[in-house]
Amino acid sequence: MKLATTPSGGRIRIVSLRKFELGDDARRPRPARSAASSADQTGAPATPGESPAPPASRALASLAAASRAMMPVALGLIVFIGIWALIAQISTLPNPAKTWEAALILFSDPFYVKGPNDQGIGWNILGSLQRVAVGFGLAALVGIPLGFMIGRFKFLSDMAAPIISLLRPVSPLAWLPIGLLVFKAAGPAAIWVIFVSAIWPMIINTAVGVRQIPQDYMNVAKVLNLSEWKVFTKILFPAALPYMMTGVRLSIGVAWLVIVAAEMLTGGVGIGFWVWDEWNNLNVEHIIIAIFVVGIVGLLLEQALLLLARRFEYR
Amino acid sequence: MEKLVQIENADVAFYTKKGLFQALRGIDLTVTQGEFVTLIGHSGCGKSTLLNLIAGLVMPTRGNVFVNGREVAGPGPDRAVVFQNHSLLPWMTCFDNIYLAVERVFGGSEPKAQLRDRTRAALELVHLAPAENKHPHEISGGMKQRVGIARAFAMQPKILLLDEPFGALDALTRAHLQDELMDIVAKTRSTVVMVTHDVDEAVLLSDRIVMLTNGPAAVVGDIVSVDLPRPRDRLAHASDYRYHELRTAVLEFLYRKQMCPAA
Repeated sequence: MKLATTPSGGRIRIVSLRKFELGDDARRPRPARSAASSADQTGAPATPGESPAPPASRALASLAAASRAMMPVALGLIVFIGIWALIAQISTLPNPAKTWEAALILFSDPFYVKGPNDQGIGWNILGSLQRVAVGFGLAALVGIPLGFMIGRFKFLSDMAAPIISLLRPVSPLAWLPIGLLVFKAAGPAAIWVIFVSAIWPMIINTAVGVRQIPQDYMNVAKVLNLSEWKVFTKILFPAALPYMMTGVRLSIGVAWLVIVAAEMLTGGVGIGFWVWDEWNNLNVEHIIIAIFVVGIVGLLLEQALLLLARRFEYR
Repeated sequence: MEKLVQIENADVAFYTKKGLFQALRGIDLTVTQGEFVTLIGHSGCGKSTLLNLIAGLVMPTRGNVFVNGREVAGPGPDRAVVFQNHSLLPWMTCFDNIYLAVERVFGGSEPKAQLRDRTRAALELVHLAPAENKHPHEISGGMKQRVGIARAFAMQPKILLLDEPFGALDALTRAHLQDELMDIVAKTRSTVVMVTHDVDEAVLLSDRIVMLTNGPAAVVGDIVSVDLPRPRDRLAHASDYRYHELRTAVLEFLYRKQMCPAA
């Protein structure tokens, strides 16, 4: 199959892979390090009432606290893998060790290209991310302004409410045939599905954000007789921004959820298509790896947006 | 004396879920240039509604409201309002909060450097120059209220409307801000209408105290003229016979004639 690679290359990858997959373990010393550095910076205990302890012992203490916090996480993982191994014993499911081996081989060469339907896992992930980015970007471009207008004007809100309530519960995949019909190609149809799935949380959350703006702020705008543009840039936009960011975060979650299913149907280079392809090859290890990859990428997207959202908090 | 605010036989009613709610009935009130008028009454009697009527945030259902000889059609920067909960925009620094108002009022006629000078002067007026780059959540409640007051003064309004500006503050901070306000009002010769439920505050600050009857359909029950000489000193007044007489007159109205049945 497509997994030809040199053993030495594989060895090198193992190290980087372990760092990546055991992110929780790699994170363990981090709180300790930051605590130690902050102690170094201030040069004195943070609170005056606290008994003065040398930085080294404090770092050690916070290391212990961090490892205590990691205990349940590690235990959870062990139990999870244990159950997986147990099920693998009594069924045809590949066991954790076999899957791990397959993953090492797979990730030793993530960016190979052997024709349009046989490319490395890296290309497949990037393909999916690109589709999500385009579909999500278009949804933000349409959904956020729409949400603002719906939130600001009662009439528009009343106009849009029944349509949104009707269309929002529809599975995004139901829109795929419409996309295929209109765009006459699989690629744009997949992006269309992402667009439809990602737009609702952004419209709704932005509208809620605009609607919940405290009357006090709007009174300030009224008393100052601010222009509609100033009201938007100085009051509406900053006040709605945290809500908007929540919408963006939910949207990207949904988009990433849907892309796998959409790609299974439309094909092309992408993690969803790859899963389907591996199913046709009966390569179940790769399907399990794909599940983990989708999960990890989704988690990273979510965390990145949480980090971004925190920058916009004003309280 | 020039009449700055004229309210003639004004009614205010709101549509609520229970039907029409008559808040104010037949209000007649004039405020002259440079006067300090307080509106006092039990909570829910409609004193804030009366203030909002002057501000233009509420429209009369009957009667007329004139400010500076012109009928009030809506809110405007010539009537600056300080709200009870300061209503500073939390995503802006103290400086920017004031600058927004200054820019709105003077932005058309003055260069930016002058606008910034006005903003700084307003901050200095309330002794908050060092806090200009702080955000509202980084300063105390009293400081926030001072920024709100600075914002209002920076607009150089014809009339200053204060809606229980010190209601949410502790007694010491409140006293301090009252003195500061008296000082600024004397310096700028501002016309002020202030809503309060604090009798001492009303007597100390006002030229006239407008006492409203209990709602619904509140009317002006009585008006007390405070003829104490200015500048006023809260400590000197503590033993002043006239001060206590005035204070008693207001208390008499609030607690004997208008005892709140719900309270």
